[in-house]
Amino acid sequence: MLGAAVVIFLALLLGLAADLVYQAAPAFAHFGFAFVTGTQWNPVTTSYGALPFIVGTLETTAIAMMIAIPIGLGTALSLAYLLPKRLRLVLGTAVELLAAVPSVIYGLWGLLVVAPWSRTIIEPVIGFIFGHSGPASGPEIGIGLLLAGIILAVMVLPTMVAISRDVLMAVPSEQIEGALALGATRWQTLWRVVVPHARTGILGAVTLSIGRAFGETMAVAMIIGNTPSLAHSLFSPAATMASIIANQFTEAVEPFELQSLIAIAVLLLVMSLLVNVAARLLVRSVGRTHVSAA
Amino acid sequence: MVDQPEVASATLDALPPAAASSEPEPESILMLRKVSVSFSGKLAVRDVTFDVPEKRVTALIGPSGSGKTTLLRALNRLHDTVSSARVTGSVLLNGTDIYGGALHPTLLRSRVGMVFQRPNPFPAMSIYDNVVSGLRFNGVRKKSLLDEAAESALIAAALWESVRNRMTARAGVLSGGEQQRLCIARSLAVEPEVLLMDEPTSALDPQATRRIEELIDELSDRVTMVIVTHNMQQASRVSHRCAFMLMGDDRAGELIEVGPTDQIFGSPTDQRTSDYVQGRFG
Repeated sequence: MLGAAVVIFLALLLGLAADLVYQAAPAFAHFGFAFVTGTQWNPVTTSYGALPFIVGTLETTAIAMMIAIPIGLGTALSLAYLLPKRLRLVLGTAVELLAAVPSVIYGLWGLLVVAPWSRTIIEPVIGFIFGHSGPASGPEIGIGLLLAGIILAVMVLPTMVAISRDVLMAVPSEQIEGALALGATRWQTLWRVVVPHARTGILGAVTLSIGRAFGETMAVAMIIGNTPSLAHSLFSPAATMASIIANQFTEAVEPFELQSLIAIAVLLLVMSLLVNVAARLLVRSVGRTHVSAA
Repeated sequence: MVDQPEVASATLDALPPAAASSEPEPESILMLRKVSVSFSGKLAVRDVTFDVPEKRVTALIGPSGSGKTTLLRALNRLHDTVSSARVTGSVLLNGTDIYGGALHPTLLRSRVGMVFQRPNPFPAMSIYDNVVSGLRFNGVRKKSLLDEAAESALIAAALWESVRNRMTARAGVLSGGEQQRLCIARSLAVEPEVLLMDEPTSALDPQATRRIEELIDELSDRVTMVIVTHNMQQASRVSHRCAFMLMGDDRAGELIEVGPTDQIFGSPTDQRTSDYVQGRFG
């Protein structure tokens, strides 16, 4: 009975992957490795290169992590050790509820609420700091790479906070007492003993969040600007692998267009699987060391 | 052995704390006066009063549940981390009440170190970083000072020869006994006046236990130690003085008798002490 279930799930996963590869094969065969390195996405000239979307995915994810890691770790530490007990419960539940918000709602919120802030406050401030050059050049229109990164950061926070909090709370009390007994302050104990002790699990939380950010489609598609070219600035409109598929597959009628979108899906699937497997291995290794230490 | 006159705990109980602190006995580094510990209002240790002589080993003995560890943790304010815990009475460290507000807990804990039941080196740190961690917590940055302190603490903990060539290895590569000696070295590096030990050999094999006991003996001329132990032989081997505790009718631990180890094991004044050390219960 249980074996059958496992077989069905494995068959589904393998069938899905095999079907994607089969349907993407013409694009891979036609463009070769240039599909991954090509920067043009132009149905009129039948040139399809996935690099802008791969880069867009990595960039939005990187921006999201730069925002989410410090905020997430700080929140997790507060929830695990710093806040009064009653507040921990309320705030912890609130953070977990953030995970239940449908992503289209994050997209709407990003577009209607955060994008105006981005245009009038966030982008001008960053532009000023970097002298309106390099990564902060170009028109400040609100939507684009930066906004997508900001919204992704909010979306991955529940994962980041919940897992980090759990691994932080799993740090044995004798470690904390060992540090205190040497004259460490609470702050020193947290940053030099508790966080390093939980580092593998925190890395797992970050990796899982990266996996989530890679695959997030709806919200990103609504706020990134959907421009299939390499972004040259944080403020540029761009596209990610997930957002280009969602935006174009219904109108993909030109030769190789649909096959190329499916080829992007294959690449995205591989990236997501790798990141998720890595994350699960990291989180599980923490569980094991914790059990063996207890 | 300590040759100060024995005072029954009942007599000391009657002394007002002011009288005790105005005339500190020169040899006592720690003086406990009516120390009680409760958790969520439930008493765990009641009115313990005794003195810890300087540069001697004082053993806290008694059966499980008699409050030995709870009392020990009151001596470096480790109960501060538990919000339901409350400590009353006073603990005088060289005449200063550690609960009086004049001594910050982090400063207190660098003067009163602690070694725990199970070795608890910091696994993310190297052997070297473990040894100097306390000094770094206390703001020491100079490499030469840290190196010097690490070497002398490891020598004192009889670990220097076996780790001097692998100081950058993770602490986890050491055996259990070595890890416990690393924890002792880590505590010694801060140069505490008192070292509290909570059943430091309970997680170790007999060979490692013997080495820790030898170490306690060697260290006793440079640091005052208070050691909690379940093991009667250990108490008689390593300690100069013993304090015997027992759980009262309301499940709160009480001090029954305190005195030189010879006397506690040879001719205790209380029948219950005599029963315990002769192995009749506990």
